[in-house]
Amino acid sequence: MILGLPKRWSVSAFTLAGLLFTPFIALVIQALMPDQAVFGHLMETVLPTYIQNSLLLILLVSIGALLLATPAAWLVARCDFPGRSVFQWALLLPLAMPAYIVAYVYTDMLDYAGPVQKALRELFGWQSPADYWFPEVRSLGGAAVMLALVLFPYIYLLARTAFMEQSASLIHAARVMGCSPWRSFWRLNLPMARPALAVGVALVAMETAADFATVSYFAVPTLTTAVYDTWLGHGSLSAAAKLSVIILLVVFALIGMERFSRRKQQLYQKNSFHSGLERYALAGVKSLAASGYCALLLLLAFLLPFGILLDYALDYFEYSWTPEFFEYSANSLLLSALVSVLCMAIALILLFIQRISPDDRDALPARLASFGYALPGTVLAIGVLAPLTLADFGVNDLYALFDQRGPGLIFTGTLFALVFAFCIRFSAIAIGSLESSYKRISPSMDMAAVTMGEKPLGLLSRVHLPLLKKGLFAGMLLVFIEAMKELPAALLLRPVGYENLATYVFQYVSDEQLEYGALAAIVIVLVGLVPLIYLNRSLEQEN
Amino acid sequence: MKLVKQMTRAGVVCLAGVISWSAVAADKLTVYSYRQPFLIEPILKDFTKQTGTEVELVFAKDGLAERIAREGRLSPADIVLTSDFSRLQELVDKGLVAPVDSEVLEQNIPAQFRSPEDDWYALTMRVRNVYSSKERLGKLDLDYEDLGKPEFKGKICTRSGKHPYNIALVASMIAHHGEAETKKWLEGVKDNLARRPQGNDRAQVKAVKEGLCDIAIGNSYYLGKMVNDPKQIAWAEAVEINFPNQDNRGSHINVSGMALTKHAPNKADAVKLMEFLSSDKAQAAYAEVNYEYPVKAGVPLSGLVASWGKFKADKLAIQALADNHKAAVRLLDEVQFDL
Repeated sequence: MILGLPKRWSVSAFTLAGLLFTPFIALVIQALMPDQAVFGHLMETVLPTYIQNSLLLILLVSIGALLLATPAAWLVARCDFPGRSVFQWALLLPLAMPAYIVAYVYTDMLDYAGPVQKALRELFGWQSPADYWFPEVRSLGGAAVMLALVLFPYIYLLARTAFMEQSASLIHAARVMGCSPWRSFWRLNLPMARPALAVGVALVAMETAADFATVSYFAVPTLTTAVYDTWLGHGSLSAAAKLSVIILLVVFALIGMERFSRRKQQLYQKNSFHSGLERYALAGVKSLAASGYCALLLLLAFLLPFGILLDYALDYFEYSWTPEFFEYSANSLLLSALVSVLCMAIALILLFIQRISPDDRDALPARLASFGYALPGTVLAIGVLAPLTLADFGVNDLYALFDQRGPGLIFTGTLFALVFAFCIRFSAIAIGSLESSYKRISPSMDMAAVTMGEKPLGLLSRVHLPLLKKGLFAGMLLVFIEAMKELPAALLLRPVGYENLATYVFQYVSDEQLEYGALAAIVIVLVGLVPLIYLNRSLEQEN
Repeated sequence: MKLVKQMTRAGVVCLAGVISWSAVAADKLTVYSYRQPFLIEPILKDFTKQTGTEVELVFAKDGLAERIAREGRLSPADIVLTSDFSRLQELVDKGLVAPVDSEVLEQNIPAQFRSPEDDWYALTMRVRNVYSSKERLGKLDLDYEDLGKPEFKGKICTRSGKHPYNIALVASMIAHHGEAETKKWLEGVKDNLARRPQGNDRAQVKAVKEGLCDIAIGNSYYLGKMVNDPKQIAWAEAVEINFPNQDNRGSHINVSGMALTKHAPNKADAVKLMEFLSSDKAQAAYAEVNYEYPVKAGVPLSGLVASWGKFKADKLAIQALADNHKAAVRLLDEVQFDL
């Protein structure tokens, strides 16, 4: 699109993106500082185990989520069986569950003192742990299962769309040539869906790399918990920054994989024509198995933990229905709303400039701003605090220069740090979501508007905005739900005395008394459900 | 066009609101606390009632020293409350505290419980006890050293070795036995664990009740808390509380304490609050509400704590815990205690 664009537009886009990129620079600078041999000590003792745990966890969760999601996605996209229309959207519900809450509920149920092992002991007359073997929930394997249970919908969502959009003519041809459904799945559907699966796996892996709460609750030491311990336990910011850089390397490898897969994906999805394709009607045992599988998945990943959460909340209602509960709910809602509006504004500005600028370099800010999503909350906190502290002192020194009393910690001591960090982390979601809507607006629309004398701002507000309304809303919802759930950054960056639902719930989880915070946990889940249901509906309308 | 302007305006208003969110009033005190709010808040309310000074309490489990260091001269913190000694020492080491010269504090707090330089003051003592299963072991007369002996194989439960309470215990072992012997002891204890270290002190007693292990390491006041919880009293009733090393040096004690920050915006009121925390009234509240041992002489114990009987405390200078803190952390990593 060629449009005379004032220079200051592109300058402001670069400034904005640069701001969102500062934590990376701050991290590298911190990592280069001396650290009194803390890092060396870690490397000699526990670091190898931490790295091994992190990588193993990412691998296990990826495989687990893939195995859970792919059959479900294929069944829902390609087969007809009782309950299909419900499972289609219901299998997204686990996304609204923070993993550490699921982890807590399952630990309560499955550990030595829980009802399951108790029942087994009574049934078989076992007396002590030495009498039998039972998998330990609080372990690396346990954490992998919990994370796979709540993260598999990422893969499910992408795979379902991929299976649905696969070219009907190809599959018809296979059927005509006598290919059984089973064989066509292995030889056609699955290979064609591979890029989508890879993108889903990359997302799951990134979420796993960022997880702090689950592994911390399970006492499985990984790189994210090591960052936290090193920073706040050993008191070495620099060693923590070095660890953070290791995490970033892992995450960038994952992003590279995702980008690579996406590029391939575009080759495969050329104008797929999918309306005429019929689903396999399953009957008898097969339909029972299909329904059973989806039902079991839904039960384990959502209904059961949510039911137990409800049960806690009812039992401890009088402890949880407090003024604090309302205060923290309001805090969470306001923060998430503010962050989602800001992120969408950032995305809109950057993408608009990228679209109408004749200069290819103006596509860079949007890419740069998307990097923040790679920063796990603990790492992000370190990257945000250092520059903001500098800014705080700068402002106060400026006041002092004029013999004025400074305003104090206006950046790190207020919600600013939290809002800033959340914008860094979640702008990528906003950009991704808005970008796909933008692509649907034909460039000829812009040309027409410009021919009719629209200035850039008019083009944005009178042509693009009305057409982007849906995409903006969807992106806002996605950011909102993520901001509601985000824990480690909130934990580390909140101003004094500030508490929201996530930090409040986690406090009870780490004190082993989630019962008292169950009501707050339910609010997080319910608020997360709304956008999921909305998004799914708009996806279905498109199909 | 209009919409964009409105959005910008809304954004600016929001940010301004956010920034002014925590304007600091001049006559207010800010307390950074490693101790749980439910315990401290009632005492602070009393203080406000008495003096009219509002107190804002900021609770965090970790990282307050780091935070004060970063905030530097702009920090709003006046006082830091800690739940163990290593965290007091960390504040001192990082140069974040200011000495307090107060006759009231000197009178209320015995010399062994305050720094010779007046830069920290202890408020309560806490004992690191060994709980044993009533049913399977009964009351024990044992030393910490015994926890590393093979007779307890697969019987011990504890929280993370890296928790400050356990680090302090290991530090005291180093002070008494040296590093080499302590490392051997730690390896023994690790071999005796019934499960990987996890949960808090309470969860260990619960595990004893459920039969997962026979011995739990935990601070004394947790027993008091469990006795007064309708659900947890059953756990408490399943264990005996033992005070280790009664035939020799005495049980390991740690202290909770307080310090004035170097850049405290409101020093005068802060010292008043510190004096208040060492007074009979506040000390009795610590004893009653949280079942701790007050440092001020003559303040009565809670009935429950008194019923556990008198015990001999390790006379090791508290400073020794701090001196051996780093070595303790290193040993815990070397034996991979938590892994």
